[in-house]
Amino acid sequence: MEVLRPFRDEIKAKSLIDNIKALTTKPVNIMEVCGGQTHTILKYGIEDLLPENIKLLHGPGCPVCVTSLEAIDMAINISLNKDVIFCTYGDMLRVPGSSMDLFKAKALGANLKIVYSPLDALKVALANPCKNIVFFAIGFETTAPANAMLILQAKKLNLKNFFVLCHEVLVPPIIASLLESKESNVQAFLGPGHVCSVMGLHEYEHLVHNYQLPIVVTGFEPLDILEGIYACVQQLNNNGVRLENQYTRAVTQDGNIPAQQAIKDVFEVCDRKWRGLGFIPKSGLSLNSQFKDFDATIKFKVDNLDIQESKECISGEILRGLKKPYECEFFGTKCTPLNPLGATMVSSEGACSAYYKYRQSKLTASP
Amino acid sequence: MSSDVFNSCNLPINDQACISLGHGSGGKLSSNLINEFFLPYLGNEILNELEDASVVTLNQDNIAVSIDSFVVNPIFFPGGNIGSLSVHGTINDLAVRGAKPLFIAASFIMEEGFLLEDLTKIIQAMQLACRQNNVKLITADTKVVNKGDCDKIFITTSGIGLVTANDIPSVSKAKVNNNILVSGDIGRHGMAIMATREEFELESTIESDSASLYSLINLILASDIQVNCLRDITRGGLATVLNEIAMASGIGIVIDESQIPIQTNVAALGEILGIDPLYIACEGRFVAVVDEIRAQDLLAIMHSHPLGTNAAIIGKVVDDPDNNVIAKTIIGGSRLVDTLLFDELPRIC
Repeated sequence: MEVLRPFRDEIKAKSLIDNIKALTTKPVNIMEVCGGQTHTILKYGIEDLLPENIKLLHGPGCPVCVTSLEAIDMAINISLNKDVIFCTYGDMLRVPGSSMDLFKAKALGANLKIVYSPLDALKVALANPCKNIVFFAIGFETTAPANAMLILQAKKLNLKNFFVLCHEVLVPPIIASLLESKESNVQAFLGPGHVCSVMGLHEYEHLVHNYQLPIVVTGFEPLDILEGIYACVQQLNNNGVRLENQYTRAVTQDGNIPAQQAIKDVFEVCDRKWRGLGFIPKSGLSLNSQFKDFDATIKFKVDNLDIQESKECISGEILRGLKKPYECEFFGTKCTPLNPLGATMVSSEGACSAYYKYRQSKLTASP
Repeated sequence: MSSDVFNSCNLPINDQACISLGHGSGGKLSSNLINEFFLPYLGNEILNELEDASVVTLNQDNIAVSIDSFVVNPIFFPGGNIGSLSVHGTINDLAVRGAKPLFIAASFIMEEGFLLEDLTKIIQAMQLACRQNNVKLITADTKVVNKGDCDKIFITTSGIGLVTANDIPSVSKAKVNNNILVSGDIGRHGMAIMATREEFELESTIESDSASLYSLINLILASDIQVNCLRDITRGGLATVLNEIAMASGIGIVIDESQIPIQTNVAALGEILGIDPLYIACEGRFVAVVDEIRAQDLLAIMHSHPLGTNAAIIGKVVDDPDNNVIAKTIIGGSRLVDTLLFDELPRIC
């Protein structure tokens, strides 16, 4: 905790907020990419401390939220096979599929195991040789190296009862896709600190160059967020755009090269459908030809689903920063964490869930 | 269902509502379950109060009665076991209603194959906890079920105590401008249990805070301070208890996050697991609500007792028709502190 204290210092926070206020003369829309950053903003009440003309838009960087409806239905379908132990992160259990969630599948008899590390799934496979073990491999570039290591280990151990349902997604294509859209209102990004700790800064330099707007790679503590916002406002005031790295204690120019190599060894870039955001070319990772034996969609023949999202859920607009959660007519009424219409209300990193948890009742007074 | 994706399933699709683990979390789902299913059939003017223990009058004596089940996993944990926990939990439910705990009834459901050596350790812990608190176990029952029909051992305990307080503390008696005190650092029990679970593979020094609160509460009730509410912090953690007080008393609560006592290792494990210590169970801590002019006196009494050395004033009662609990965050912002919705699930990135 001593390590974290300097990043939560009230006096430093006040001074940063004063600096931001002094510099902010016109309305600014800043999008934080990561769900973890959204969570920090709401948990520490950062929005209320900022000048009113800074609007924070909450981006698509919550892996649970963007995992497609089809992938959730595939997971449920696979988990209901009697000979399967389905290993998943706990956050995925309550994400609604088209007719139920994994919790419901569990109540119907699915053998679900919540894991905290991908390698836990390997232990389950070794301990249960007569069962088929399936791991739900979701996440951004942050989870991809560990998932790659898991598959490399499974291959090394020559496991025949181990499979992954892979829904890995990539950050740079989704940022590009948001900015290509005519409706985009983002003027600066707080970049994804943990993703960059793996991937380094090169891809984000290209984004700054191509789209001519500031990206400040930012950490996840309250002072990180405030420093990131301050850097964005400074750049916008100076009319010069560049990539900045606020999160220097974790992010280097080249990132984690062995981790990048593991990703390259196991995965290949593929097109992917994102929940709420639709189909985005070259925005995902799937197993490459050497590892297709581990692909759960082939083993369990659940590929090629096409299912429609509930029309009531506006998570797509929220993930693109076009609307705030409280601008949804079902927020807090028909859609709550206990009865979510969409994934953004489920994950602890989802914007709707963060607003519900930390702000719900204040909304009636001051949206 | 818009496709035949489920046709190959081995189990029928079933839309009937059923109990989920969240119904046992002590949070909003538990509350919904009680209000929608139990109270409509079993409710009466005493049960409807939803206190930790109910107080009934028999021959002019006020008798406090409580009941609780213990299904903790693992059954042995740093700082206690399911046996000591069951006795402490029952004593605490009685003590927070201003009662002197006198008798306990216990029921044991055991799984075929459960080791007698482990049973002995559990019963010895119950013996010690009863002796230390001058409580007698006066009736008990044992049942054994097939292997797999329960997990090792479940214990249900009911307690009876004699109310000695003149004005019985109640969850519904908090008043505007009252101060909120917590009797010690929070979250140790839940975190000690989490750290013991094998899936995390953690080495931790956190010990459960499981303890009998009677002697500390008795010290407070014997003083001239009028305590309006006492509530022991169990499932759902401090956040849930504060919401229960706000709802039952029809007031709002503002707490200062920087004043909440939390052991460094508990806070650190919370960071690692992505769990907010405000929602983690304690088993030897309580919240007290008292008039602001007596808050420092109450704090001094708490500090004089070994179980209250980390006690602190954490906030105050405000007028709020929405009955919100709001935290002033450590960087000066503010946020809502809602009731636990379901057990916290760790974040994945």
